[in-house]
Amino acid sequence: MKILRWLIGTLMLLCIAVLIIVRPLPFLFYPDLPHVGFLGRGLYIIILACVLCLYRIWRGPTGADRIVAIDILGIMIIGLCAILTISTGRSWYIDIGIAWALQSFIGTLALSKYLEGKGFDE
Amino acid sequence: MSDIIGLIFIFIGLTFDVFGCLGLVRLPDVYNRLQAATKCVTVGTCSILFGTFLIMGFSAPGIKALLCMVFLVLTSPVAAHAIARGAHRSGIKLWDGSVIDKYKEDKEGEI
Amino acid sequence: MKSRIILFVLAIFIWLFLSWPPDYQHVIVGVLVAAFVALIMGDFFIQRPHRLKHASRYWCFIFSYLPTFLWEVIKANIDVAYRVLHPRLPINPGIVRVKTRLKSDTALTFLANSITLTPGTLSVDIDRKKGVLYVHWIDVKEKDVEPATKIIVERFEKILKKIFD
Repeated sequence: MKILRWLIGTLMLLCIAVLIIVRPLPFLFYPDLPHVGFLGRGLYIIILACVLCLYRIWRGPTGADRIVAIDILGIMIIGLCAILTISTGRSWYIDIGIAWALQSFIGTLALSKYLEGKGFDE
Repeated sequence: MSDIIGLIFIFIGLTFDVFGCLGLVRLPDVYNRLQAATKCVTVGTCSILFGTFLIMGFSAPGIKALLCMVFLVLTSPVAAHAIARGAHRSGIKLWDGSVIDKYKEDKEGEI
Repeated sequence: MKSRIILFVLAIFIWLFLSWPPDYQHVIVGVLVAAFVALIMGDFFIQRPHRLKHASRYWCFIFSYLPTFLWEVIKANIDVAYRVLHPRLPINPGIVRVKTRLKSDTALTFLANSITLTPGTLSVDIDRKKGVLYVHWIDVKEKDVEPATKIIVERFEKILKKIFD
């Protein structure tokens, strides 16, 4: 079982490496801005991190694990918004990031209060 | 020149994001996961935002990225603290290999 | 009254950062909104405004607290990366109890945040009456109160005591 997990992880890393070498992820409406190639390759890395987070949400043994993963996913989406700001040249993406940071913080506090009030085992 | 430094900061941030999420998958219980994920992902995202500020300069998105960075550093440890306290109050045990749990001893003494 | 003026200045700075570059329409709306916020909140956020006058506190915050904090954060990240990438996961976790001598709310908040972002530690709960913090430590070296306090809290407590008390 352990060998299978290591195998799957190595396969994912190899896939990401091949994709990074072959071609950057295309943006939908991108004009001729600098750094688009580098940032398009960086999006693969952040997608890998999001997939690891989603694994923890899917397979968390308790509710607290899922709440932690949701919090971390929210923080990483802010980084994604910053990267989109540079690569598409539209400044309202960072506004989405600020609003997301505020709302994610309040949501996490509410979920942790819920966790404290009542036993929450799955 | 500042563009290249900004891209280096963004690369460091992406790497630490992946390390944090790897910790989220590999470590054994809630508290250890919370440690690895909070530290690495907070600093990684702050590094990405600082790179954005270096590339954009003193324009609207750059200043907003700085503001977002300050806000993130102030709020992320508070969220981690709240989750850890809620998890311990709701009765989630530590990992079997843990050495000591002073918090549980004190709470049992009070009730 | 003094705390309302300080809150007004803070709010208008945040407004200016959010609506950069400044424009006269934005500034007028910002002054109105900041005055409204300061009027409603009053002295909810800043309870002892006379503390904010001393300039030495700001210099101490910039030149003594920030470099220590940044260095600890960098060390913490390298430490976590080492532990995660090691194939056998060298962890030895546990919750220990440490003591602190700080009293005010702001200082305790800063201390808890600093502990969370430094190598291998995560603050779980604060007991303000006894002055005790419960800290989750990923690699327990000392189980007793005094040596653990010496390792975890000391380096921040000295600086924060100078700044906030």
